[in-house]
Amino acid sequence: MQKSLNIDPGKCTGCLQCEMACSYEHTGTFNPSRSYIKVFTFHYEGRFAPYTCTQCDEAWCQRACPVDAISVDMMTGAKVISDDKCVGCKVCTIACPFGTVNYSQATGKVVKCDLCGGDPQCAAACPTDAITYVDADWTGYDKMMASASKSLPSAEVTA
Amino acid sequence: MQHIIIGAGPAGVVAAETLRKADPEANITIIGDEPEPPYSRMAIPYYLINNIEESGSYLRDPKTHYSDQNIELVQQTVDKVDVTAKQVTLADGSSRSYDMLLIATGSRPISPPIPGLDLPQVSSCWTLADARAIIERAQSGSNVVLIGAGFIGCIILEALVRRGVNLSVVEMGNRMVPRMLDENAGGLLKRWCVDKGIDVHTSCSVDAISAADNDQVDVSLSDGSKLSAALVISATGVKPNTELLDGTGIEIDQGIKVNRRMQTSNADVYAAGDVAQGIDFSTGNYEVQAIQPTATDHGRIAALNMAGQGSEHQGTLNMNVLDTLGLVSCSFGLWMGVDGGEQAELYNADEFQYINLQFEGDHLIGASSVGKTQHIGVLRGLIESKVHLGDWKARLMKDPTLTMDAYIACTQELGYS
Amino acid sequence: MSWTRKILRVNLTKGSCTSEALNMDWAKEYLGQRGLASKYLTEEVDPKCDPLSAENKMIMATGPLTGTMASTAGRYSVITKGPLTGAIACSNSGGYFGAELKFAGWDMIIFEGKSDKPVYLNIQDDKAELCDGSHIWGKSAWETDDILHATYQDPQMRIACIGRTAEAGCLYAGVINDKHRAAGRSGVGTVMASKNLKAVTVRGTQGIGNIDNADSFFESTDAGKAVLAENAVTGQGLPAFGTQVLMNVINGVGGLPAHNMRDVGFAGAENISAEAMAEPRKSDGKPNLTTNAACFGCTIACGRISTIDKTHFSVKDKPQYHGASGGLEYEAAWALGADTGIDDLDALTYVNFLCNEDGFDPITFGSTVAAAMEMFEDGAITTEDTGGIELKFGSVEAFVAVTELLVTGEGFGKDLGLGSKRLCEKYGRPELSMTVKGQEFPAYDPRGIQGIGLNYATSNRGACHLRGYTIASEILGIPVKTEQTDTDGKPELVKAFQDATAVVDSAGLCIFTTFAWGMDNIAPQIDAACEGDWSVDNCLEVGERIWNMERLFNQAAGFTANDDKLHKRLLEEAIKSGPTEGQVNRLGEMLPKYYEIRGWSPEGEPTAETRQRLSL
Repeated sequence: MQKSLNIDPGKCTGCLQCEMACSYEHTGTFNPSRSYIKVFTFHYEGRFAPYTCTQCDEAWCQRACPVDAISVDMMTGAKVISDDKCVGCKVCTIACPFGTVNYSQATGKVVKCDLCGGDPQCAAACPTDAITYVDADWTGYDKMMASASKSLPSAEVTA
Repeated sequence: MQHIIIGAGPAGVVAAETLRKADPEANITIIGDEPEPPYSRMAIPYYLINNIEESGSYLRDPKTHYSDQNIELVQQTVDKVDVTAKQVTLADGSSRSYDMLLIATGSRPISPPIPGLDLPQVSSCWTLADARAIIERAQSGSNVVLIGAGFIGCIILEALVRRGVNLSVVEMGNRMVPRMLDENAGGLLKRWCVDKGIDVHTSCSVDAISAADNDQVDVSLSDGSKLSAALVISATGVKPNTELLDGTGIEIDQGIKVNRRMQTSNADVYAAGDVAQGIDFSTGNYEVQAIQPTATDHGRIAALNMAGQGSEHQGTLNMNVLDTLGLVSCSFGLWMGVDGGEQAELYNADEFQYINLQFEGDHLIGASSVGKTQHIGVLRGLIESKVHLGDWKARLMKDPTLTMDAYIACTQELGYS
Repeated sequence: MSWTRKILRVNLTKGSCTSEALNMDWAKEYLGQRGLASKYLTEEVDPKCDPLSAENKMIMATGPLTGTMASTAGRYSVITKGPLTGAIACSNSGGYFGAELKFAGWDMIIFEGKSDKPVYLNIQDDKAELCDGSHIWGKSAWETDDILHATYQDPQMRIACIGRTAEAGCLYAGVINDKHRAAGRSGVGTVMASKNLKAVTVRGTQGIGNIDNADSFFESTDAGKAVLAENAVTGQGLPAFGTQVLMNVINGVGGLPAHNMRDVGFAGAENISAEAMAEPRKSDGKPNLTTNAACFGCTIACGRISTIDKTHFSVKDKPQYHGASGGLEYEAAWALGADTGIDDLDALTYVNFLCNEDGFDPITFGSTVAAAMEMFEDGAITTEDTGGIELKFGSVEAFVAVTELLVTGEGFGKDLGLGSKRLCEKYGRPELSMTVKGQEFPAYDPRGIQGIGLNYATSNRGACHLRGYTIASEILGIPVKTEQTDTDGKPELVKAFQDATAVVDSAGLCIFTTFAWGMDNIAPQIDAACEGDWSVDNCLEVGERIWNMERLFNQAAGFTANDDKLHKRLLEEAIKSGPTEGQVNRLGEMLPKYYEIRGWSPEGEPTAETRQRLSL
C-alpha cells in the first residue's frame, strides 16, 4: 500500500518544526527558506496550513519538464527531481498549479517534496500530528486531491 | 494501426509516448529532420554556458527510451504529405503510409527584412546547430548584437554575458519582452540588464547589417547609432512550419487550424505544438501559442484522439517564465487585463520586485511578476481553476503577494471547528 | 558551534552597518542572548547614562540554540538600559523574528548612537542597510508591518518594530515582532524610539548548519521534546489553556492580587480565565479563544489567538479588530483585569490587541491604570486630570477610553505613559505605586506567596516573575513543592530559579520549558549544539555569572540594597480574606540569607571573592 502525507491544518500550531526537519534533511541546515513544505499563516482567521506537493497523478511538473529530469519513485509514488538532469529552466514551476515546485537560487535547480524516500521528516517532526504519513486510501488527502483536481480542469476532459 | 508523427520536438515525443500507453500494439513512427536525437530548445541556453553537455538537452535518453517503448525514430526530411493516399514522402524518395498522421513540425525563426541578414556573421538561435555556431563566434571580448529582446532573446542573454561578450540588444518594442511582460516588468528587466553592463536599445530597430573588416559587421540602428559586431543574433520571433500541408486542402490560418480534439480539417490528420492553432484557455480563441507546456498538452490530446480515446482540449493557458541574468519574471493568461476588469499591483523598482494580478469579477484571469521564484505556479492554479476568491479578492487587491494563501484558503479545509 | 559568530553593529548617528566577529571568549562565559548581550552592554555602556540618550545602546540578541530544532528555540531578547527603571533591561520575545535573524547569519545586532531622522534597518542575509523610515513613523506596529511587507513583497520577511506609544514617549513601550509577540517589559521599545529606529526587517536564507555534534543534538532535543509532550503542564495544560490556566488556580490559592494590590482575590476571576476564553460567548456563540499557536520551533504551543465579538462596544465599527490576533496571557489578563477590577473578557482582549498593535507592556499599563484608579477613588486624581473620564475600579468604558489615549499620548494618556511610580509621585501618592525599582509587579501576590516576593525584590530588571519563577515550586510543585507561605528555603529556591532562568534566557529557549525541563534536560542540548563545556555545573555557573554581572551594572548605575524592597502595602497590610488571610510578605526573613548564599555583602554587593569566583 502506498502512503501519502495527510495534512490536517486544524492541528497545526505554526511551530515550523516541519520546515526545519525538511530543510535539514535536504540541505543539512535548519533553514525554513529552503524547506519543501511550507506553513502558511492565516493571521486573521487564526489558522495555520502546512502545504506541500500532493504527488498528484497528473504530474504537471513531470509533463512540463523539457529534459526528463522528473521521474516517479516507484516505491513511494513521489515525483522526484534529478539534480543531474535539471537545467533550472523553471518551466515546471509555472506548470505546477499547486505552486509546490520552486526554483532554488541556492542550487540553480528546482526543488520539491520527495517524501524523503519514504520516511518524510516533516511528519516525524510534527508535534501535533498535523502532518502524518499514512496509507493513501484513507487519507483525507484523497479528498483534497479530488477537490483540487475538480477545481482544476486538466487540459482535457474525457468526452 | 500505423501512426506517423512528423516532428521530434516535445509535442511529437509526448504524442508518441501517449499513443504507446493508449495502444500497446500500434506502430508508431517519429520523423524528424534534425541530426540529433529529440531535444529541447529550452535547454539550449544552458548548453551555451556549458552547464550541460549537448546530451543534457535530449528530451529522453535516446539509447533506451525509444526502443523500450517501441517507437521508431526516423531522421529524414518529409517532402510531401498526400492526404488522399494517406502517405508521406521522405527526402530520400521513400514513402510511408499512415492511418493517423500528426503534424508536429514546430516553428522556425522569422527573418525580418533587414539588408545583410544573410551574412555569415548573422545567426538565429533556434537549433543545436545554431547554438554551436554562436559558441564559435561569441568569444570573450567580442561584440555581439542581439536583435529582439523577446523570450528567446532573453533566455540566451545570460549565456552570452557569461561567455564574456560585449552585448548590445535591439528591441522594437518600448520595453523588453513586450509580448510577455507589461511596462513595469519589462522596464525593470531593461534596467536590470543595463545595470549588468548590457547596451539596451528599446523602441529601436536594425536598419541594415553590412560587412566590415576583420570578419566584423557594422550594424546600423534606427536611433542613428552604429555598432560593430563579430556576431549578430536574430531572435525576432518564430512562425509555424505549415508549408508541408500546402496544397493538401487542410485549412491553415496563422497555424494549422484544429478543433478541440487537435484534429485538422482532414479527419485523419492532427496537429500539435507550435505549428497548431489551438484553443487558448483565457480567450477561447484559436491561436498559435509557441510554448513548451502547450506543445506537450497538444501532443497528449492529439494522441488520445488518434488512439480513439475521445479527449477534448479545454485550452492551454499562455504562460512564460524567464530568468534574465538571475532576475526571474513570469506571466500568465491575460496579464494585460481585460476591459471592465480590476488589477492589483505592487511595484518596487529599487528592489526589482513586482507583482500584478488581473481580475474579472472574483476570478484571477492573469498575472505577472518579477523577482519571485516561490509558489509562482499557483498563479496558474488560481486562473485555470477559476477559483471564486470571495473575500480573498479584497485581500489580494490590498496585498497581491498572498496568492498562495488565497489558493489554500479557497480550496482547502482550514480546520474550522 | 551554533553561534553564527557574527555581530551586526549599527551606528545610527553615522548611519553605518558593520560586521564584526563575535567575542568567543565571552560566548563561552555568557552563552548568548541575555547573558552575552548584557556582557556587551556592560562593557560598552556607562551604567549612569540617560537611558533615552544617544549614549545608551540597544542590543537585539539571539541564543546559540535560536533557529535550531530544539523545542522553543526561536527566542531573541532586547537588552539595553531601561527607561522605566534605570536598571539593566532585558526583554525576551518569541514569534519568528529571532530565528530569522539567525538564519540571516547574525548572533546579535548592536544599535548605538541616535539617528537624526526616522529610519528602519533592512537585513537580507549579509546585506544590512538603514533606510528612510519617515513614511512609517507615526504608524502602529501593525500598519508598519503591513507597509514593510508590501514594500519588499515578501510574506516571509520578519519584522520587529515599535508602535505609536513608544514614539509618544511612554516609558514602558515594547518591541513588537510578528504583529503579536513582544519584548514587552521595561521600556525597551522606548529606547528604540529614542534612537529614531522604527523597525528592523529581516530575511535570512543561510540557515544554521554548524551544530557541533549533530547526533547528540538530535538525541537530546528529541528526548527534550518527549519530556515536554509527556508533562501535564507543557503537554496538556499550556496548549489547551495557555498561561491563563493560572487565573483560577492562583485565585484559588489566595495569590491573585486585585485592585492595585489593595485586595487579594478577585470575584470576576472566572470570567476572565482560560476556561472562560474557551467557552462560547452568550452574545455571538463563539469562544474568545480561536486557537492555540506556537512560536518558532515550539512544541508546547501555549500562545492564545483570540477573536472579539464584533458587536462588542470596544470594536464596533472597527473591522481591523474583527479578525483573530494575539489573545490574553495570564499576566496581561491579571493586570488589565483583576488589578483594575474589570472582568469583561472582550474588553480586555481589545486592550490586549492595542498593547500589540501599538507596543506597550500590559502588566505595567494595567498596574498603572490600577494605581490611577485608586488615586481617582481617593480624590488625588479628578475628572479634570482625566479629561472627564470617571476612572473607577471596574469601569470598563473608562479603561478602554484611557487605553486609547495612551496609544497616542494625548491628554491623560501622557500621564499614564509615565508608569505608576512617576504617576503616583506626580499626584502626590508615591505609596500607591506597586513597583520594585520602578517596574510594576506581575500577577502573584507576594503576601500569599513568599518566595516570589523575594524574587521581585531582587530582580535585576525590577519586579518581574520571569527572573525566577518560584511559582512553579510554591504553587505547582515543580520540581518539588514548597509551602507558599513559608520563608524557609526560599532564598535558595529564588537563587536557583534566577540562575537557571539566566541560562534558559541566554540559550535561545523559552522559560516555559522549565515546567518540565531541569538543567539536566537543557544542558545536554546546549552542549551538543555548542563547542566548549556545557555541563550542568558549568551552565549553572554561567547563570550565576550573568546574574551577578547584571547586579554589578545596576550597582554602578546607583542601585543599592535599599532598592531590593517590597512595597509597604505588601509588608504591612495583611490579606483581608481567603485562604491566605492574615499574611504579609516576610522579606526581612529572606533577604539577608539570600545575600549570604549569593556571596554578597550584607549591603547586597557581590564580594571580591564572589566576583573572582565568577571571573567578574
